[in-house]
Amino acid sequence: MTVPARLPTGGRIDRARPLSFVFDHRRLHGCAGDTVASALLANGVQLIGRSFKYHRPRGFLAAGVEEPNGLLTIGEGARCTPNVPATTTELREGLFCRRQNGWPSVDFDVMALTSWLAPFFGAGFYYKTFMGPRRGSWMMYEPFIRRAAGLGEATHLPDPDRYETRHAFADVLVIGAGPTGLAAARAAGRAGCRVTLVEQDFELGGSLLSAPAGSSDADLLATLEADVAALANVEVLRRTTALGVYDGNTVVLVERHDHARPDPAKGEAREVIVTLRAGTIIHATGAIERSMLFGDNDRPGVMLAGAVRTYLNRYAVAVGQTAVIATNNDSAWCAALDLAATGAHVTLLDERAGAGAGLGEAARRAGVDVRYEVRLRRALGGRSVRGVEYARRDGAPETLACDVVGISGGWAPTLHLTSHTGPKPVFDTALDAFRPGPFATGHYGAGAMMGTRSLQESLDEGHAVGAAAARHVGATGAVGAGPACAGEWPTGHAPSPPERSPGTGKAFIDFQNDVTTKDVALAHEEGYHSVEHLKRFTTLGMGTDQGKTANVDAAKVMASLRGIEMAVAGTTTYRPPYTPVSVGALAGRSVGTHFRATRLTPMHDWHLANGAVMIQAGPWLRPWYYGWAGKTVGAAYVEEMKLVRSGVGMSDVSSLGKIDIRGPDAAIFLDRVYVNAFAKLPAGKARYGVMLNDDATVLDDGTTARFDEHTYFMTTTTAQAGEVMSWLEFLLQVAWPELRVQVASVTDRWAGMSVAGPRARQALQLAFPGVDLSNESLPYMGVREFMFQGTTVRLLRLSFSGELAYEVYVPADVGTAMWSRILAEAAPLGIRPYGLESLASLRIEKGHVAGLELDHRNTLEDLGLGKMASKSKAYIGRELATRANLRRPGRWSLVGLELLEPTKKLRGGSILFNRHEALEGHGRGYITSVTWSTEHQKLIALGLFEGGLAHEGEEIVCAYPLRNEIVRARIVSPMFIDPTGERVHA
Amino acid sequence: MKLLSRYSGLALARRALTDSRWQRAWRSPDPKPSYDVIIVGGGGHGLATAYYLASRHGIRNVAVLERGYLGSGNVGRNTTLVRSNYLMPGNTQFFEHSLQLWEGLSHELNFNVMLSQRGQIVLAHGPGQLDVLARKGNTMRLNGIDAELMEREDVMRFLPFLDHSEHCRFPIYGGLFQQRAGTVRHDAVAWGYARAADRLGVDIIENCEVTGFLRDGDRVTGVETSRGTIHAGRTAISVAGHSSHVAAMLGMRLPIESHILQAFVTEPIKPFLDCVVSFGAELFYISQSDKGGMVFGGHIDGFNTYTQRGQFPRAQTVAECAVALIPAMSRLRLLRHWGGIQDMTPDGSPFIGRTPFRDLYINAGWCYQGFKATPATGWCLAHTIAHDAEHPLIRHLALDRHMAGNGHDEYGLGLWTYRQ
Amino acid sequence: MLRIPCPHCGERDYTEFRYAGDATKRRPVHGTEDVRAWYEHVFLFTNPKGPHREYWQHVQGCRQWLVLERDTATNTVGRSWLARTGAPS
Repeated sequence: MTVPARLPTGGRIDRARPLSFVFDHRRLHGCAGDTVASALLANGVQLIGRSFKYHRPRGFLAAGVEEPNGLLTIGEGARCTPNVPATTTELREGLFCRRQNGWPSVDFDVMALTSWLAPFFGAGFYYKTFMGPRRGSWMMYEPFIRRAAGLGEATHLPDPDRYETRHAFADVLVIGAGPTGLAAARAAGRAGCRVTLVEQDFELGGSLLSAPAGSSDADLLATLEADVAALANVEVLRRTTALGVYDGNTVVLVERHDHARPDPAKGEAREVIVTLRAGTIIHATGAIERSMLFGDNDRPGVMLAGAVRTYLNRYAVAVGQTAVIATNNDSAWCAALDLAATGAHVTLLDERAGAGAGLGEAARRAGVDVRYEVRLRRALGGRSVRGVEYARRDGAPETLACDVVGISGGWAPTLHLTSHTGPKPVFDTALDAFRPGPFATGHYGAGAMMGTRSLQESLDEGHAVGAAAARHVGATGAVGAGPACAGEWPTGHAPSPPERSPGTGKAFIDFQNDVTTKDVALAHEEGYHSVEHLKRFTTLGMGTDQGKTANVDAAKVMASLRGIEMAVAGTTTYRPPYTPVSVGALAGRSVGTHFRATRLTPMHDWHLANGAVMIQAGPWLRPWYYGWAGKTVGAAYVEEMKLVRSGVGMSDVSSLGKIDIRGPDAAIFLDRVYVNAFAKLPAGKARYGVMLNDDATVLDDGTTARFDEHTYFMTTTTAQAGEVMSWLEFLLQVAWPELRVQVASVTDRWAGMSVAGPRARQALQLAFPGVDLSNESLPYMGVREFMFQGTTVRLLRLSFSGELAYEVYVPADVGTAMWSRILAEAAPLGIRPYGLESLASLRIEKGHVAGLELDHRNTLEDLGLGKMASKSKAYIGRELATRANLRRPGRWSLVGLELLEPTKKLRGGSILFNRHEALEGHGRGYITSVTWSTEHQKLIALGLFEGGLAHEGEEIVCAYPLRNEIVRARIVSPMFIDPTGERVHA
Repeated sequence: MKLLSRYSGLALARRALTDSRWQRAWRSPDPKPSYDVIIVGGGGHGLATAYYLASRHGIRNVAVLERGYLGSGNVGRNTTLVRSNYLMPGNTQFFEHSLQLWEGLSHELNFNVMLSQRGQIVLAHGPGQLDVLARKGNTMRLNGIDAELMEREDVMRFLPFLDHSEHCRFPIYGGLFQQRAGTVRHDAVAWGYARAADRLGVDIIENCEVTGFLRDGDRVTGVETSRGTIHAGRTAISVAGHSSHVAAMLGMRLPIESHILQAFVTEPIKPFLDCVVSFGAELFYISQSDKGGMVFGGHIDGFNTYTQRGQFPRAQTVAECAVALIPAMSRLRLLRHWGGIQDMTPDGSPFIGRTPFRDLYINAGWCYQGFKATPATGWCLAHTIAHDAEHPLIRHLALDRHMAGNGHDEYGLGLWTYRQ
Repeated sequence: MLRIPCPHCGERDYTEFRYAGDATKRRPVHGTEDVRAWYEHVFLFTNPKGPHREYWQHVQGCRQWLVLERDTATNTVGRSWLARTGAPS
């Protein structure tokens, strides 16, 4: 701990708005405009966490998204969020944060002992050990490794916050609101197009924010901000990160609202994902400062020089009184000069022989002690830096005492987004860094992300690409002159050598994952040479910062070891997101009940109000069983079955797919689609049909009714409704455009209800007095459309249950009215609703195949439907059905089963065997569906068995080893009731 | 200076305390003019094949040709799951053989691939779905493979932080658990096979792209590459998503479309989930890596492409599944998502075996399941190449099986259902 | 986000469409008894790495089947037209 470091004046913080927050159970204070990092530094907190592998003490390295060390757990209880960088978290009143990855605490962490064992724990050590003493021994070691790994601790409590997603469009999207991005947005805005400017920070300005108050840079920022704010067509999104660039010029943004403490109860979102489709994209993402490779370069107090300056000028935090600034470029001189101006004692160590024009003189005037051609060898100190060891080339090491070290190894363009869809980055030797590959049409880059170091050049480039992007999208307004700066930045630089400085101590490249120069050397020794192998073997760049400060140095060290050019070495592929994003934000509102859309039938509310227990059926919710029949599904479905078999019941079949088919060639069309003949189906009749895929597997079954010459009404299964509809459209639009047929989905247009049971006709007669429903007038498979009390009614005499039954279709908006009417009018007959479970059980008794049998593996013959296939016409799937294996005798095909051991159970998913064979392997078939048969007073089942009904009457064994059950059953006809169809014809 | 070749805790200590050095994991040889066998594709499958050719069949004059860096394809891009919960005859035995090979692999290769058998549960969200899982579980048990059926209450006890609430869109009804399933460190598989094959004399040649095939009538006699012509007694194609592209060099059309499957990882956190969970309402699977990241994936993007990157809407639907399954996932932060090219087949099963060309073998069409199949594929393909006859475990996976009507639809979803 | 130009509805997100594969293949005439022709049509693909013509249906829009030109190596989208009318000249 050092003394509190907040300066009395200066900075962009608002001292009039003090904020208190809790850090490791201590109450601390900061100001509006602080980040958690700047507030902690202002409070003198330097030790911010422990490193991943060696548990070394760590402080802040950076002041922005590139921070590898400063990860905190923020929030409590269900809002506990691990691994949040303090450097990008805006301070807010009451914020609760704590350090992580230390035990018993970050200050006194026993795991720091691992640091002593580091020689054994080089990169990839775990690939070489933990294998013994026997196979599977890894499982013994793994729990310890798992506990040691990970960073923060997450909660298992459900996230109470709300997230949203929205869609957006822009002519020009500008990513980054530093000087370049502001100049670009200003130009494109003036040209008159719709501009969106996104900035991850809560303030605009980028690098300009790090300039001292009252400087020309600060004035420039104020002017640029005002210029942009004056343009109504420029949308400025602060606290918004561009996460990724995707195909189709789509950029995904995340807006963060944590600072405003969003209240989910008021519908306020914590984060919003914006999918933005841009006409053009301007990348103005700046650059990230590189660190330097010397011993113990991770000591708390060793910071990027730019961060030192940012904390000083933006947040009014003097991170030290005695500073060493080490650099290979001019930019760090600004930090040295600004620090010196606060009265700090500053020593500047420059690797070069000289600096940019005027800098030496400025340093002399400011009292900065400058030493050229020296390199840092090592940072001294333990939990905070106490000095440095440095040396001239071939010179003896010297030491300097200090309490902060600012380092600058140059600047690397922030090109992550450009490589998400674009070409690979290319190495620029003069820049000593990667720069974006050539841009696709409509994409632009400008400023520091292109390697430009001069402020005026960045402004000029920003202005130019803003104007060009506007022209690209056809905007013609005058853009005028670009912005000019009053004070230019020093831009000189010279690359550091690729190897670490001589001396002792670990030289970290990737701070978060504890990857050192030694690990890169180890990877080289073992042959993990390519950048991808290096990354995967050492885990370099795989931390939460994605190696933003590490990647270039690592590639350089490896290239040097291999003796190859950087252009050959290349770099790894950057992946979205640019910075981590809540999984919840991606999920948006599609959570809980709204995870997927729920389809409800028109009678849904009635079901709920009348004791139905609902069940999922694909996207639908359907009544599973009704309370009138019993308290559990097992009790209720039997009662419901009894009702249908003995009286009359009604069930909601609205979820069936319904397709309106019209046109003079409709009969030809249906004849081709179904395996059975439809060409001669007369008006007023319906027919059950089966359709195949091209590969001869069963696509769907259902009934199609013909109401008049050119009008057909097709029903499909609930599950396949969408598939069938698309398929019919494909055939009509692509395969057979010559057919004069139109199809339209009318699933949501019609409410459907099935009235079934021996008293079904009486029931409907009561509901529709005056309509002739006699067997002669409306025989089995007859259909009729009529008006009843102003409503169109479609009546189809079909049966799924095997009883006398009708399907009644009315327009959806009168579905509940008709449903209620039938129940009311037929009440004297004892009519009641029945649910999906009994519906499915009734069909098992009748031997109708359904979802569990129609699993896409089965042919018509397998399902006992072979006789339906027409021999006199072509139909889809006919040819491929002739393939040898599909005609092979002994295929598994549909059978009925009846239980022979009444004290035991038949279960779906049982595997079937012959009586005296060993119960092993895949068996000879399996049970698909099981029900209690009210007719036979025993458990019955449908299944598929090798050879099918050729084995009728044989006793077989059903094995269910998951419950250690073996039961005997007999193969019977799957038609358990009314095999001659007397009931349906009654 | 001593060169350390064999891995052990002792060797680590020697490397740390003496001036010894590790032997390179694999050499970097130039291609020879000819080999007994050439494997095109230096992914997990190709490297495993080379290893078993050398170790089990004594065929050591083998080259593995890799266009990019070793393991640059799906072996380094997957979600690392291994399991043997398969239903269809043939698949059950094949994947169980694979799992048994996994169980001995670290010792076999002297490379810790970190097989973590923390189990996998596949969830059911309704009685019908549980019956389908029960059929699979019963089949597994009847084939000597471990499987346990879990009722709703069992799942609640086992994984209390899944969404068991009344707001859940697809309530959890039960599940099928395989304890021996789990995860493997994926890169280690490629490196381990490469190193072990290299030690046996196999040449692993990176940055060597095959540009054509040498033919003598209906025989394939070698390959043209970016590093010259290489003759081969026998040649195998094992290039996953690029299968159609390579086969086209021989004028072959395959029953394959190349699609993108994305994978996702969150920031590392302390132990949070101790097994693999597969959602039953949609294709979605999640586990936690040893490093601490939650690793998950879902459905392919839905259209064919050779770009190794995904579409964002799929990232959203997958994240929706993550939160639907584990509501606390909402607060965790996605670190990266990436794509791998999947060679999708009509029935979801692969093709391994001989081809219409003599001395040419193919291994392709692994859809989502290539990683877990790595050892058994290598095992069976090596046998097939060595004997010029299909190994019994892959006879059901012939390239022309659809002409005979022998589709092998493991999931019962029908043809091309991956496209949506 | 792949953006697909629908001849009816304009440029839309690909999520509004369903993909249905290679559009250069000629479906055998209905009733063709050549099993091999059907096998090749249903099962074999060129699956090129590069320019591709493919079917998409605008399921959440006009429900029209269209043919789209797209490069599978880059996902660059080209022209589109209604499948029923055929390619523009």
